Amino acid sequence: MRLSSDELIFWQWGLVKLNGTIVFTWALMLVLVVGSGLITRKLSRDLKRSRWQSFLEIIVTGINRQIEEVGLSEPQKYLSFLGTLFLFVAAATLGTIIPGFEPPTGSLSTTVALALCVFVAVPLFGIEEQGVGNYLKTYVEPTVIMLPFNLISELSRTLALAIRLFGNMMSGAMIVGILLTITPFLFPIVMTALGLLTGMVQAYIFSILAAVYIAAATRVRKLRTAPEANQQGMNDDNQRK
Amino acid sequence: MLIDWFTVGAQTLNFLILVWLLKRFLYKPILLAIDEREQRIAAKLADADAKKADAQKERERFQHKNEDFEQQRAALFSKAIDEVNAERQRLFDEMRQAAEALRAKRNDALARELQSLNDEITRRTRDEVFAITRKALKDLAAESLEERMTEAFTERVRGLNSGSKAEFAKSLKGFSTPVLVRSAFELPSQQRDAIQLALNETFSENIKLRFETAPDVICGIELTANGRKVAWSIAEYIGTLTTSVSDLLKEHSQADAKPKPEAKPEAPGEAR
Repeated sequence: MRLSSDELIFWQWGLVKLNGTIVFTWALMLVLVVGSGLITRKLSRDLKRSRWQSFLEIIVTGINRQIEEVGLSEPQKYLSFLGTLFLFVAAATLGTIIPGFEPPTGSLSTTVALALCVFVAVPLFGIEEQGVGNYLKTYVEPTVIMLPFNLISELSRTLALAIRLFGNMMSGAMIVGILLTITPFLFPIVMTALGLLTGMVQAYIFSILAAVYIAAATRVRKLRTAPEANQQGMNDDNQRK
Repeated sequence: MLIDWFTVGAQTLNFLILVWLLKRFLYKPILLAIDEREQRIAAKLADADAKKADAQKERERFQHKNEDFEQQRAALFSKAIDEVNAERQRLFDEMRQAAEALRAKRNDALARELQSLNDEITRRTRDEVFAITRKALKDLAAESLEERMTEAFTERVRGLNSGSKAEFAKSLKGFSTPVLVRSAFELPSQQRDAIQLALNETFSENIKLRFETAPDVICGIELTANGRKVAWSIAEYIGTLTTSVSDLLKEHSQADAKPKPEAKPEAPGEAR
């Protein structure tokens, strides 16, 4: 029994190989991009619009609102990254109902790749927001002693992201696979439904956690500048007195 | 090994490509469409607000106009009422004047009619009295009216009291022309002689007489000399009759003018 779709290799040339994970990811990408392209090809600008357009609008505005609720004041800036994370993981979960489909998120390689993307994106967004110096300063806040802990925190949360998603998706697929060999009828369906639920929850958790990390990285300066401004105001008052 | 680093790299690349593709085909067009729709809705709302403001302005203008119109209408109405009242008063006055004129005219006509009626009554009465008297006298005493009239006249001449007689004699003496005796009819010679005789005896002298027929001496004989007159005629009787007839007519017209007594009210339910 395969633990992940990485082991399903279609073609290999040295290190370069075409395994199940990559192929299923391409399939997902094709569905997502072609589906979006077909729907957004004839978008209506009026009040009257198609059901598919309404569906996409609900998804996009829903993600947008979630990002905003996390605390990112300019959600559209992070929409592409966080929205794609959610849609990719959600689509991979939904794909499990198709017989023969193995979710790419059930491969640790994929979840590591996604976690690495978050690991890189967080400091990038943080640096973009507050500059390199200010961002790096956050690692020695409140004291330099905290630097190793902060670094460990960064790494561990990235690892946690990858392992959490992988564990959930892999276990779900695994349980269904095992159950299919024991009780081929009703029970695997229930488990698939449960897997769908946990998969959607994982998609939500993954993207929300990424949003929270980005928000934490970009909000530090704002939190820091607010007390500074208050301090400045108090000094002004004292001078006036 | 659970992690295949080539796959990790490939999946990272795949993910980044997916991010770009979805941004290109999903997020951008959808957000653009939503923005455009929101702008369109905002524009429509702004347009609606502008139209509402215009409508409000228009409504206020119309209301103002309406109030002006109401005021003008009230003023015109009041003016028209005044003019109508004035016109009514004028017409009323005109009508009253016309009615007054008509009444006066009617009164004049009535008076004239009454006068002519009186005249006619007088004439007819005279004629009738004259005819009756003549006939009665002829039938009863075989005397003509002229004879009896002459007798009455001569009796009156003879019956003059002394004072009147003296004054009359005095005036007759200074009168050179013949004394005029007027009668309603041609006096026969016998009556003329009887009058001559009576005058001569009364005033003891021979008085020259001139006889003349005058229809205005109503069925009588009169003698005039130097402003004095002795006469007998039935005019005074006719005058009395005229007075009594006039009184009778007046009473009759007053009775006509009085309002008639109101008719008894009809029994309930009958008047419909």
